[in-house]
Amino acid sequence: MKKLLAILLTVAVLLSVCACAKPAEANTATTTEAATAAPAAEDTTAAAPAQGKVYNIYCWNAEFQARFEKYFVEAGLVPDGVTINWVITPNADNAYQNKLDETLLAQETAAADDKIDLFLIEADYALKYVNSDYSLDVYNDVGLTQDDTAAMYGYTKDVCTDSNGVLKGLSWQACPAGLIYRRSIAEAVLGTSDPAEVQSKLDSWDKFEAVAADAKALGYYMVSGYDDDYRVFSNNATKTWVDSTGKIQLDDNILKWIDQTKKFTDAGYNNKAILWSPEQMAGAKADGKVMCYFGPGWFFDFCLAPATLADSEAAAAPGNGSYGDWAIVKGPQGFYWGGTWLCAAKGSDNLELTKLIMKTMTCDKDTLVNIVNSFNDFTNNEAAMTEIANSDFASAFLGGQNYISVLLDSAKSIKYISSPYDQGCNEKLLEAMRGYFNGTATYDEALDNFYTLVLEKYPELSR
Amino acid sequence: MGAVMSNTPIKRIKSVSYAKWGYFFIAPFFLVYLIFHLIPLGSTIYNSFFENYRSGLSQIGPKFVGFQNYITLFQNGELPKYAWNTLVIWMMGFVPQILVAMLLAVWFTSYRLKLKGQPFFKTVIYMPNLIMASAFAMLFFLLFSAIGPVNQFLIQAKILSDPLRMEESTTLTRSLIALMNFLMWFGNTTIVLMAGIMGIDQSLFDAAQVDGAKPRHVFYRVTLPMLKPIVLYVIITCMIGGIQMFDVPQILTNFTGEPNRIAMTLVMFLNKHLQSKNLGMGGAVSVLIFLITAALSILVFQSMTKEMRAANQQRKQFAKAEKEAK
Repeated sequence: MKKLLAILLTVAVLLSVCACAKPAEANTATTTEAATAAPAAEDTTAAAPAQGKVYNIYCWNAEFQARFEKYFVEAGLVPDGVTINWVITPNADNAYQNKLDETLLAQETAAADDKIDLFLIEADYALKYVNSDYSLDVYNDVGLTQDDTAAMYGYTKDVCTDSNGVLKGLSWQACPAGLIYRRSIAEAVLGTSDPAEVQSKLDSWDKFEAVAADAKALGYYMVSGYDDDYRVFSNNATKTWVDSTGKIQLDDNILKWIDQTKKFTDAGYNNKAILWSPEQMAGAKADGKVMCYFGPGWFFDFCLAPATLADSEAAAAPGNGSYGDWAIVKGPQGFYWGGTWLCAAKGSDNLELTKLIMKTMTCDKDTLVNIVNSFNDFTNNEAAMTEIANSDFASAFLGGQNYISVLLDSAKSIKYISSPYDQGCNEKLLEAMRGYFNGTATYDEALDNFYTLVLEKYPELSR
Repeated sequence: MGAVMSNTPIKRIKSVSYAKWGYFFIAPFFLVYLIFHLIPLGSTIYNSFFENYRSGLSQIGPKFVGFQNYITLFQNGELPKYAWNTLVIWMMGFVPQILVAMLLAVWFTSYRLKLKGQPFFKTVIYMPNLIMASAFAMLFFLLFSAIGPVNQFLIQAKILSDPLRMEESTTLTRSLIALMNFLMWFGNTTIVLMAGIMGIDQSLFDAAQVDGAKPRHVFYRVTLPMLKPIVLYVIITCMIGGIQMFDVPQILTNFTGEPNRIAMTLVMFLNKHLQSKNLGMGGAVSVLIFLITAALSILVFQSMTKEMRAANQQRKQFAKAEKEAK
């Protein structure tokens, strides 16, 4: 018995030694592999300075990733020996920015391969990062030239220009937005689904409201919920959310939106869905009853189109759910919404690659044209967009419509004003006003809740 | 070593003290308590006197401001509202929880009922507690959403014409949170109460039975009085758990505490301040929650042990009087 025990113990010890030895072997294997890969990398980019092995990209969804895979990775532009590492943190409850902030603040002490090289930001909170030292000058640090960015829409550069006039981020898209309507419902409510005729019946908010009443009478909803047309009002505001003394101010457009949405909710013109909730997009399914959505290219491509499919496994084509039963018009008011910008992070050891990514993904005309063709985006090159607007380009999702030509004028006229607090103010207003719309809070209570929410998030402001 | 030993004169051991081992064995608890409780508690109180938050990516403070954070908290008058929310939601869940748990505990331990399949039921009622609270809340969030299965069923069965929406009804939101807390904790309470009942001397029940007591009498006259310390324990632990209620309402209301902030609990309010890394205000809210918890615990403890203390007092006086009489 004792002997057996001794043998068992010996075997156990030996096994554990082997188990420990294995990863060590594996380690040496990978290092040799990397060592062999490294000279190859040196060959191709002989003139380039030493590059980091891991290229870290921080973002909140897979939108850019899909474009990057297709037009950067598949084109073979990633240098040998460099791994692209995606760190994707969803936006919910500010999680993405929390993660990004923590990593940026630790950027100086982080190991070279853990440093952020490229991070993505949205218009609503762009100034937070652009005004900080953590984003790099597109021209002087990254090394792009004025010529590279000459064809871009001016407003996309305004978004990422800091208080000293330094450009710190670039986008591949411009986000002029329109009213997207369901053709079959428009046929029932307006008697036509032709974009020109629909536009003539929806070109002011008064007409929009009158049509909403007609839609309601036929059992349809004009919009899916409270927040659908919010950006049409808020992004046409003439006052920023916060004045120079740190006082929160409400633009007249915001007040108009509150009035309209209250009226729409009480009259049953909307389906009471909350922005980004499953209910919001459920209204666009084949049996959905929602007539209008509002949004730019990324909205109908990345959010709306996938939701219209009856079979998400099958090809996205007319006949699959309500795909193809949609069209876009300017609507009561032109506006823009959102967008994604690429920023180079301070401390990155892959600036050369960042330059190549920015140049390829945001400045290269061919790539931008290709993105329009495969992703329904509206991309950031005025000349290319004008060309496509005058071509026979057709979007299958929008029933063969050339949406670029519809949005072309809006894109030129976008005027961008902002404060670093826009994201919080927009989000908290939508959140707080819901109570007023559905009757659980009075107008004053809801407004109080809005101020409370904003002051919780930004203690430096005042009401 | 051996040489040294041989040189020292042999000491005569008068007594062996094992006391040091007692200290040695309880030391880990105090160490852990010091590091993970006492020091953070101290630093929270310390932080509450500073203006210290992040604006964008730049740090504001820390700057000593005295009681300014507390003054701000009391001036905007939000805190009592969230304390009230927490209390109401907790009571809505706790009252059924303790009643059902008591009933089940009595049934399970009843000598007369002899319920079959007890291990099975004990496992089943404990089950909801094993699921992560946030996952459980997410499940309810999906079940009761406007297009969720519950609403679909109610509409198809023609019971409702319009879906019930959480954001439209304060009662519905609060009830759902209370229901979840109830489901998650009644099994735990049942098991604690059962342990308490099984600790009561069986001869007391037998004696009561021999004297012809009905089950009702046995419960009110024997079980309940003997169970008082355990009930006290359950109430205090549940209350502290209730004050710290966070994950269920946070997930169910999609981080908002809506509608009209009636589902905003104290700890959710605390969490709101931590969003902007506002350590000063966060510290102040934490300290107030700590004070509320301490005050309520003392109150419950005092009221529940009042009789016990009175009885003790009486016994002492009686003994004293007896002594003096002698």
